[in-house]
Amino acid sequence: MTAAIEIEGLRKSFGHTVALDGLDLSVRAGEVHGFLGPNGAGKTTTIRLLLGLLRADGGRMRLLGRDPWRDVVSLHRRLAYVPGEVSLWPALTGGEVIDLLGRLRGGLDPRRRERYLHRFELDPTVRGRAYSKGNRQKVALVAALASDVDILLLDEPTAGLDPLMEEVFRECVREERARGRTVLLSSHILAEAEALCDRVSIIRAGRTVDTGSLDELRHLARTSIVVRMAGPPDGLAALPGVHDFGRDGDVVRMSVDNTGLDAVLALLGRCGVRSLTTKTPTLEELFLRHYRADTPAVTA
Amino acid sequence: MSGPGGRVIGTGALLRLAVRVDRVRLPFWIVTFAVITGASAAATAELYPTAESRASFTDGAEAVPALLAMYGHIYDPASLGAIAVLKLTGFGAALAALVTVFTAVRHTRAEEEAGRLELLGAGVLGRYAPLASGLGVVAGWSVLLGAGTTAGLALVGLPVAGSLALGAGWTAAGLVFGALAVLTAQLTRSARTASGLAAVVLAAMFALRAVGDSSGPGWLSWVSPIGWVQQVRPFAGDRWWVFVLPMACTAVLVAVAVACARIRDHGAGLLPGRPGPARAGRLLGGTGGLAVRLTRMSLLVWLSAFLLTGLLVGSIASDIGEFLDNPRARAFIAALGGAQGVTDAFLAAELAFAGLFASMYVVAVLARLHEEEQSLRTEPLLGTAIGRVRLLAGYLGLAAAGSLLGLTVAGAGAGLAYGAHTGHVAAELVRVTGAALAQWPAVLVSLGTAVAVFGLLPRFWVLAWAVLAFFGVIGEFGVLLGLAQWILDLSPFSHLPRLPGGTATATPLIWLTVVGAGLAVAGLIGFRRRDVPA
Repeated sequence: MTAAIEIEGLRKSFGHTVALDGLDLSVRAGEVHGFLGPNGAGKTTTIRLLLGLLRADGGRMRLLGRDPWRDVVSLHRRLAYVPGEVSLWPALTGGEVIDLLGRLRGGLDPRRRERYLHRFELDPTVRGRAYSKGNRQKVALVAALASDVDILLLDEPTAGLDPLMEEVFRECVREERARGRTVLLSSHILAEAEALCDRVSIIRAGRTVDTGSLDELRHLARTSIVVRMAGPPDGLAALPGVHDFGRDGDVVRMSVDNTGLDAVLALLGRCGVRSLTTKTPTLEELFLRHYRADTPAVTA
Repeated sequence: MSGPGGRVIGTGALLRLAVRVDRVRLPFWIVTFAVITGASAAATAELYPTAESRASFTDGAEAVPALLAMYGHIYDPASLGAIAVLKLTGFGAALAALVTVFTAVRHTRAEEEAGRLELLGAGVLGRYAPLASGLGVVAGWSVLLGAGTTAGLALVGLPVAGSLALGAGWTAAGLVFGALAVLTAQLTRSARTASGLAAVVLAAMFALRAVGDSSGPGWLSWVSPIGWVQQVRPFAGDRWWVFVLPMACTAVLVAVAVACARIRDHGAGLLPGRPGPARAGRLLGGTGGLAVRLTRMSLLVWLSAFLLTGLLVGSIASDIGEFLDNPRARAFIAALGGAQGVTDAFLAAELAFAGLFASMYVVAVLARLHEEEQSLRTEPLLGTAIGRVRLLAGYLGLAAAGSLLGLTVAGAGAGLAYGAHTGHVAAELVRVTGAALAQWPAVLVSLGTAVAVFGLLPRFWVLAWAVLAFFGVIGEFGVLLGLAQWILDLSPFSHLPRLPGGTATATPLIWLTVVGAGLAVAGLIGFRRRDVPA
């Protein structure tokens, strides 16, 4: 797999504010990559740097093998971008904006344009000032999806969409992946990332704190286990890798490092088990693990 | 929200917010008005120290309809003050009105269009509070402007009563047009259209009194709020009762605005919005086409203004000869303009105005690009396969072509009207149009300056306007204020040949073009190297 986006040690400051402090990001060609982080973590700054709107202070950055600052025009023929905050021209209609952006990118497929207008239920005759936030977002989405490009940069694209439209958006992204396009999806809606992304990168305060597929990320995390015991769980709490141990009658709760699962299950088998519930961590739990102030990140 | 007080609740908070937002802009205008008014009045007064020189000036000025159209009448030839403020009264009133128009719209419709007012409106805010605070801001500013102007004039030694009459006159102009802008802000959804509507009315009102004061009928001057300011006759009778007219007019405008605010929805105007085309026309294929599309209404207004000004100037120039039986007028105009013919001197002076207007147009086009960038609307464009050079080139091309077209139209209008009078239509058309086009290199310097500010100092965009205002002050008042030659030389307009009538020399035109191009290239390089703000 070749890399569609390759970023190493990217730094950017605005005055005294450090936005990116050595960010790394690697997006493989053809994958949907989730770019996760809370507000102010540096997601939008990274995307604006990839678009050549901002100039990096340091680090290395490659988009489709080229320099995003210097090869703006040739790169932009191959990418489409949906900003998180879509600002439209008050006097232009949605249809006009879609055509304008398509033409400036080098043309767009009229059939795809019609299809996406239909799917997103967007009226192209409304002027920019009259669209709601969600509909402004749809204008940008249709303009991006209807163009024939290799890579989509989507910055929190579903902010403002209703659940039905969000489902349409997810279908569209899956179709794009099936067509072999690369998608960088910045989001803080973790369910969305979990449903769509092949791999994710989690950033905090301008740095990447974790990256990989969801399975890989889970591998480093703990599984939470709730067991109704048949006998007393002697020695369970002392096993290596067992945390947050708690007991309420014959019900035992704990979270276990994945490396300690073998030993825990063996001991449970010896003690006798009436019922067992295990829960692999959701992305949300992985995410929160990196952001809780009181728990330091436990990346191995 | 039940009592009448509830409908304006929150006005105080909005007023404080407005004062906070405009804390630099509004005091800046007041100080500028006061200083320029005082300095210019003092400088003019020095030119006419004796009663005889004032009488002579009055004879000359009253004989030339073009001057009457621009400045109005001198109602008391013996009064030093009346002559000192002749050039200021009408233009100052119009400028004060322009400031209140933009201020009123900025604090009402613009806030609503941006969605910020909605945020505030969800709090405890009466229906009419935004309207009331908009009016409050312009009223407060107008009163302070009047006070500053009065002080400026009184400080240079003019009678206090007359100074107060002029200051109050400008206050009245600010109030009337501020109220008008609050009304137009209720009519349209777009802040730009709201201020445009009010500005067009202002231009029409200025034109009404120009006609009323020159060719007549004289009652037209009494229809215009700008005319009212002159009919107060500061330093020439100080007719206080005239202020009844602007007060009544303001009250009516406010009442209509309130009635409109009562029946409309938040965010909507009274004029309904219509659906537009589902597909983009051929024009929207590039950045130049987009720039034209976004500014087409204002381009149309500018071009009509250039044409009308040209036609008016040409026809007034035709009349000048008829007033030449007065030898003092002949001497006066020759001294005012230059050497060749009295008419040519007049045309040259008016075409210099057209050059300044064309500069305002080019800065306005670049201001639009700056605004687009601030509103995050260049971001999706730069996300496509156009580089920054092409984005800037679109607006640069529009500004250059639009100003060239404007000057051509103004020159052609003047040439046509004047040629129709003399009978040499073709010859005058070519000669006067050529003279108008000679202004273009100086316009290009203004354009280059605006591009340089946009590319290199985008956070200090107001510099582009400040530089243009500086050029304007030098052109209008530079000699009068006795500024040093090197200061006069800083304006590109000082270097242009006086055409028609003067000697056409290509050298300054060439190097002004080079300077303009150099500034534009510097701005372009700056724009390519800097961040696009989020």
